Amino acid sequence: MAHDTHHEGTRRIWIVFFILLIVTTVEVALGIIKPEILLTPFLGTHILNVIFIVLTLVKAYYIVSVFMHLGDERKGFQWTVYLPILILIPYLTFILITEGSYMFKMLP
Amino acid sequence: MATSTVDLTEEKVWGGGKSPFAAEYGKLMMWFFLISDALTFSGFLTAYGLMRFRFEETWPIAEEVFTHFPFLEGDHPLLYVALMTFILIMSSVTMVLAVHEGHKMNRRRVAIWMLLTIVGGLIFLGSQAWEWYHFIMGDKGAIQIESREIVHVVNPEGETISFSQLVHGMENGHASNHHETFTINEVSSAFAKSEYQLALPGKMGTTYSHEESVALLENAKVIQGANMHHNEYGNILFADFFFFITGFHGFHVFSGVVINFIIFYNVLLGTYDRRGSYLMVEKVGLYWHFVDLVWVFVFTFFYLV
Repeated sequence: MAHDTHHEGTRRIWIVFFILLIVTTVEVALGIIKPEILLTPFLGTHILNVIFIVLTLVKAYYIVSVFMHLGDERKGFQWTVYLPILILIPYLTFILITEGSYMFKMLP
Repeated sequence: MATSTVDLTEEKVWGGGKSPFAAEYGKLMMWFFLISDALTFSGFLTAYGLMRFRFEETWPIAEEVFTHFPFLEGDHPLLYVALMTFILIMSSVTMVLAVHEGHKMNRRRVAIWMLLTIVGGLIFLGSQAWEWYHFIMGDKGAIQIESREIVHVVNPEGETISFSQLVHGMENGHASNHHETFTINEVSSAFAKSEYQLALPGKMGTTYSHEESVALLENAKVIQGANMHHNEYGNILFADFFFFITGFHGFHVFSGVVINFIIFYNVLLGTYDRRGSYLMVEKVGLYWHFVDLVWVFVFTFFYLV
């Protein structure tokens, strides 16, 4: 990829805009239609939810990397931002969701 | 990035006397603030997840809650939130274009794009106010039975029936109650004559038979709308989380609009031309994109999943 977007023109910005737009449209369409085939159970939820989460992470990547220009920063800077987020949030999510399902089964 | 690291070995970069991240202090601090803010929001959203899994049976299904669209009658799940998402993404694009023009020191264009960003932010806030209003007003109405659980009236196909449709009949009633209030006597006498049932709001679809339902209506009361004390859509915590998470995000948008306006005003005054750099636009841009980023996650975890 280009290493200096600042002088590249606005093409890349609009490409990312259309990516975000298309991904959101796909999410909404899937959320309204809810295709039967995607509702098969998978990892404690169903495939459709996994698709939603993956698409969300795709959008987040484009916003952070292109709109916030993090992709143009030094490697060390990028890891300083990514690592705390990538370690702490999945950790917290895993614990609380597991705990919530357990409480549902065990508490009145 | 690729070229800038080639000629800089590790010890030269970190050997002192240089700026190892090649970023200005304020920008770096904005990033650190955003990291901590991201963790705050993830705390809220995971707490939402915890309670949702804990009370799965009574947790409302978001697409049955947010079904309104301006000027349209009936149920239109997700459309309105999709519109709000589009508005916020669009205002993120105008912001990044303002930053882009800032790098070229083009004052007039920075001002135009920033103004459009502010307008986008205000439209988003207005949309949120509209959504809150409809959430608080309520939609189809619910009954709180003696065990304090919230139940909805459903037809044999499992579709939720509004009190308006129940009391006035399917032909004369509306899919939404539209400000009309109902008493428990109206609801239970109409219910006894119908073949409808009562069901818990959760996605498990727990339903009581018609006879059980009539018995449950004995000591019940009508709940319409949602606030901090009761919630017609289901578990009360859902309303609390809705107000808190979207409210906290909305407050971020509001602060973003205010900060954007201050920077916009400074752009007009020519402050950044005199300073020789539009870095302030870039910093406030980071905050604005973050607000958009958080909404992307709220959209997925509150409305979609």
